[in-house]
Amino acid sequence: MSATFLGIPPFPEAARAAVDDSRTRHNLRRATHTIRDKRASVVGELNDDWQLLRAEGAAVKEHTLRHLDRYLEQLEESVTRAGGRVHWAADAEEANAIVTRLVKATGETDVVKVKSMATQEIELNNALAEAGITAYETDLAELIVQLGDDLPSHILVPAIHLGRAQIREIFLDQMAEWGTPAPPGLTDDPRALAEAARLHLRERFLRTRTAISGANFAVADSGTLVVLESEGNGRMCLTLPQTLISVVGIEKIVPTWSDLEVFMQLLPRSSTGERMNPYTSTWTGVTPGDGPQEFHLVLLDNGRTDVLADTVGRQALRCIRCSACLNTCPVYERTGGHAYGSVYPGPIGAILTPQLRGMSSAVDEALPYASSLCGACYEVCPVAIDIPEVLVHLREEVSAGRGHLGEKALMAGAEAVFSSSRALGAAQRAAGLGRNLVPGHLPGTAGEWTDTRDVPDVPAESFRSWWNKRGKGQR
Amino acid sequence: MSASRTGRTPGRGGAAGGGPRGPVPSSRERILGRVRAALADVPSDEPAVRAPGRGFADSHAAGPTLDVFEDRLRDYKAQVRRVPADRVAAEVAAALDRRGAQRVVAPPGVPDAWFDGAAAERLPDSREEPLSVGDLNGVDGVVTGCSVAIAETGTIVLDGSPDQGRRAITLVPDYHLCVVRAEQVVDGVPQAVRLLDPARPLTWISGPSATSDIELNRVEGVHGPRTLEVLLVEAAP
Ligand code: SF4
Repeated sequence: MSATFLGIPPFPEAARAAVDDSRTRHNLRRATHTIRDKRASVVGELNDDWQLLRAEGAAVKEHTLRHLDRYLEQLEESVTRAGGRVHWAADAEEANAIVTRLVKATGETDVVKVKSMATQEIELNNALAEAGITAYETDLAELIVQLGDDLPSHILVPAIHLGRAQIREIFLDQMAEWGTPAPPGLTDDPRALAEAARLHLRERFLRTRTAISGANFAVADSGTLVVLESEGNGRMCLTLPQTLISVVGIEKIVPTWSDLEVFMQLLPRSSTGERMNPYTSTWTGVTPGDGPQEFHLVLLDNGRTDVLADTVGRQALRCIRCSACLNTCPVYERTGGHAYGSVYPGPIGAILTPQLRGMSSAVDEALPYASSLCGACYEVCPVAIDIPEVLVHLREEVSAGRGHLGEKALMAGAEAVFSSSRALGAAQRAAGLGRNLVPGHLPGTAGEWTDTRDVPDVPAESFRSWWNKRGKGQR
Repeated sequence: MSASRTGRTPGRGGAAGGGPRGPVPSSRERILGRVRAALADVPSDEPAVRAPGRGFADSHAAGPTLDVFEDRLRDYKAQVRRVPADRVAAEVAAALDRRGAQRVVAPPGVPDAWFDGAAAERLPDSREEPLSVGDLNGVDGVVTGCSVAIAETGTIVLDGSPDQGRRAITLVPDYHLCVVRAEQVVDGVPQAVRLLDPARPLTWISGPSATSDIELNRVEGVHGPRTLEVLLVEAAP
């Protein structure tokens, strides 16, 4: 049984523990700054066009969400016409049951997996394990997390909190238990570590007959699924097995093939900071004689329709999971991903998780406060999600739900933790950009957006001073 | 006009989503019902089809197409050679030689002429008569054409046409030699998307396989071919 986020303490407590772990902070800081710089440089190459692409990306996604029923039906029809089978899962339990049934029908007890946020969200691997099916993660970072019985801490690079030395230890200790052992004398040179992963998974790719994936995009008009990746593990899973099962959130739809003109520019540059990721696979149903001959698409709701119903919070469903907002967030940089208690960490997690889970726990209620509202996440978001706006909106919901007393307690608790943590205190004392507290802007003309290359990594106002003002203003 | 929220019944019935037994699974209707309820704020006359706003540029090329393509390929650690059309066979032979490749797979649409002079054995593979994955794992490389290439991103796109073959053949071998004709190279991503047929299985390749998972540094060479070599063919002078 792999690790789970169940039992993770609410954000303030978890954050306090995390900021004390200096090795994690060091790894994270280095990694997020590397990726931030790369992103800024490739986004800069597109000059003013970036904001036009960003506006179009936001508009396409917003339009799709506003007519999601129509596009879901269209996608179902296109995929079916191309030889795929479409299944609908209202929640995690149903999705897990569908996938388990489909795998069992193949007679296999091993499946290979491409990294997928949706299957992490529903904890599919645990469900499969209970049914006697072993799911092998094949993305390098996912493999590291799985072998180390750890939890993902980043959307794109789930093992971002681990450095090369720790990864080497995990490989040496654990690979033999899962399959091909690590080569003796393995060093912590990233090249050697990548080579070890290649050797470890090679046989598995060649013989496993069922694969599970997610998708970055599902194109309604053509019925095409799209997966962007780097290592080739995605291609292995999407090409070699006989049966492919893709679990895809209902918000992943784009209306037309031509929309990829936009998203194939926005996503690689925002996520890995490359002009293009090494590999992108697209497939439409089944191609006789090439690739899996059986294709199942599992459309997952699992709280998404609740997010959709909130006219302010809805924009969170535009997210294309690039992770740029994590990489630029001063709070994430100091707390790491685990503090967010969900597979969706960072700014997007702070607005998505409480909405998906219905603000049903102390963790969820604390998440909207996991931000200094500096606005850096909005500036880098390729689909212009106004994360601070949603955060403020959710804070209002938390306080309304808790009543006056509850609100006071929440405020006191959050303030105690945020201001007592040296790391967070330092972040919030730093000078800011004088951003409005409650962003009044909505995605509009490109000219309104500031140059994303100079995003400050510090809040506009300290949490404490914001908190005080807000409290006084209300009393 | 948004016809979609008027509660009509789906035309396709259970053929689309049914389990082994059922007609329309109830979750389908439940999810669609929830979606429609969630969108109560959307005016019923809001157009459900959107004219795409395509104000953005087709490309952001920083120079002559082929120069940019070559530069971007190199930037992502692919090997590139620009060759005149009448030297393709010689360059294929030389590349396979340098690699020490003795047995290479090539799909049926790859012209025999490309192998004139090559010492390596050409292994056929097709949808009808595929090599096993074990066989593919044992070959020294693969030679293909491509369908479109994108200069700005250093990308080649394969679409399964006869000169590009099944997806597995360009994945399992460790060395991929791809012959790109100059006229197949477009400047930017939007132009490529317009030329591609989504009904075909597409593979976009930008450099050799790589990972950024260890401390976010790009390291070439994980599961896909660790060496990508591109012969960029221009009209003979
Ligand atoms: S919210 Fe925006 S920036 Fe953050 S992961 Fe999603 S798309 Fe990327």
